Amino acid sequence: MRNIQHTDNEVLLDVQALKVHFSIKQENAWPWTKPANLKAVNGVDLKLYAGETLGIVGESGCGKSTLARAIIGLTKVTDGNVLWLGQDLTALDEKSLRATRKDIQMIFQDPLASLNPRMTIGDIIAEPLRTLRPDVPREQVSERVQAMMKKVGLLPNLVNRYPHEFSGGQCQRIGIARALILDPKLIICDEPVSALDVSIQAQVVNLLKQLQREMNLSLIFIAHDLSVVKHISDRVIVMYLGNAVEAGTKDKLFADPRHPYTQALMSAVPIPDPKKEKDKQIQLLEGDLPSPINPPSGCVFRTRCPHAAEVCAEQVPVLKGEAEHQSACLRNGELPVAAVP
Amino acid sequence: MLSTTANREAVENLSTQLEVKGRSLWDDARRRFFNNRAALTSLIILALVTLFVFIGPALSQFAFDEVDWGAMHAAPSLASGHYFGTDSLGRDLFVRTAMGGRISLMVGVMGALVAVLIGTLYGATAGFVGGRTDRVMMRTLEILYSFPFMFFVILLVTFFGRNILLIFIAIGAVSWLDMARIVRGQTLSIKSKEFVEAATVYGVSKWAMITRHIVPNVLGIVAVYATLLVPQMILFESFLSFLGLGVQEPMTSWGSLMNEGAQTMEIALWQLIVPALFMVTTLFCFNFIGDGLRDALDPKDR
Repeated sequence: MRNIQHTDNEVLLDVQALKVHFSIKQENAWPWTKPANLKAVNGVDLKLYAGETLGIVGESGCGKSTLARAIIGLTKVTDGNVLWLGQDLTALDEKSLRATRKDIQMIFQDPLASLNPRMTIGDIIAEPLRTLRPDVPREQVSERVQAMMKKVGLLPNLVNRYPHEFSGGQCQRIGIARALILDPKLIICDEPVSALDVSIQAQVVNLLKQLQREMNLSLIFIAHDLSVVKHISDRVIVMYLGNAVEAGTKDKLFADPRHPYTQALMSAVPIPDPKKEKDKQIQLLEGDLPSPINPPSGCVFRTRCPHAAEVCAEQVPVLKGEAEHQSACLRNGELPVAAVP
Repeated sequence: MLSTTANREAVENLSTQLEVKGRSLWDDARRRFFNNRAALTSLIILALVTLFVFIGPALSQFAFDEVDWGAMHAAPSLASGHYFGTDSLGRDLFVRTAMGGRISLMVGVMGALVAVLIGTLYGATAGFVGGRTDRVMMRTLEILYSFPFMFFVILLVTFFGRNILLIFIAIGAVSWLDMARIVRGQTLSIKSKEFVEAATVYGVSKWAMITRHIVPNVLGIVAVYATLLVPQMILFESFLSFLGLGVQEPMTSWGSLMNEGAQTMEIALWQLIVPALFMVTTLFCFNFIGDGLRDALDPKDR
């Protein structure tokens, strides 16, 4: 197991109090009614160090994809800063952004939909290079495309094929090759394996790990599958309804989940051992995710929290604890320690 | 069974032998189009019709507006030199069909071309940029839609006199409106696909996004619609001519030739049959070519 020494590594990405709100026009409302405000991401801080993998987990609708899209500039940031090597990306215009685009790339959830059906694989992989590095001569582009295809485990003679001729796993490899051709420093993986079969998931995740080692990449890995996140991440952030509820190194967070939500998530992971699985206590969460248009006051998790008290409705919890493991719960310390399988 | 290493070696050997030169969508599309027999035949026939239209008048001893006093309503015959017969005024139908074909083909192709170029780019831009630009562009389109075109044509004719150019302007002005709407709708659905987002991430400019990612993905519909538009434009022209706003005697077009032929079909059927045959053949060819283009431009459909 690699141990990332945070003090030695430079901070690549520093997200400070990031907020992404969408204004939603209400149905059947008067034209002058104020649009509702959907708080998709509501004040998230995160730091990413060179060479590490940061996992972001949470259920559907908790804002993890929005967070990723806001970092890379696909969604407008309402408030807060995204510092890339000290430079605020939210303040840059399109032209200056192009310089950093080389460094941050993204892998998408749906492997086939993220490839243009009318372009050949060779053109798809070469496009970032042709767009951002017009100075690279033609022969060199095709050389680099073929080298990259080999690297991700595709035969270079497939350059003239179209995306629909490939399987999901192969399409994801193409997506990875396209993201890597610019030699980026950071790759944001937005649920890159959730659309794939389990056996293919393992291949793609291991490919990502291997490439990370070879190319000294940092990854932000978004998933709702805890076991995948546990496999690939160095540090993990747990999100709930637009807020980070727990953050820490993988070992500490998985060994000792402190936030009730994280505990519930962990207890829901199936164990591949029928005997243990039978005895396991699943901590069921009642109810649905509250609406992000009108989130609960105080702690956003209190409506579903088994340990909620009056104080939870009044105060907003913040991430607290030592640097390696922080959680945002007002009743930390008072709660029973969860039994972790 | 081969061992995996031997397998891998064989694959690697094979892969080095295979060509790895890139082909573009257009190379592939051309290859697929020429493999489509119906489309290729149609293209050849259309080329022959075009050839006839342009060199036909030179092959005949008559001029298109020359009246042969001795041969009114004459049936087709090789001996008299009236290969397709004559019309009620004794003008040679062979030459007139060729001359009319020039106008009809030009009107049809021009209409489709304007529609494809302006309509596709306008629609794709409106759909892709979205927001206020989209609203302004689509409202402009609706204003053009609601404009009474007959009135517009009459106005043009009154101000500038009768001129074939005016027909082109009028037809150009109407033909792209529908296309722009269709393309905008398609663009809106393509815009939200992940590959467009992926392209945004690596900084593809707006123009490249429209021409490289949006337009190739709407081309299938554009090709089909454009080929349906060609006959529509040819008919639109004959309608204008019928109202006396289009081509004027002695100049003619397939539409007006058929109009004349329909009036005398009881006594001189060839006056209707000849231009109709040319028109129908041309329209068929355009439809087959359109089908062929759509299939050729869709890599999924092999």
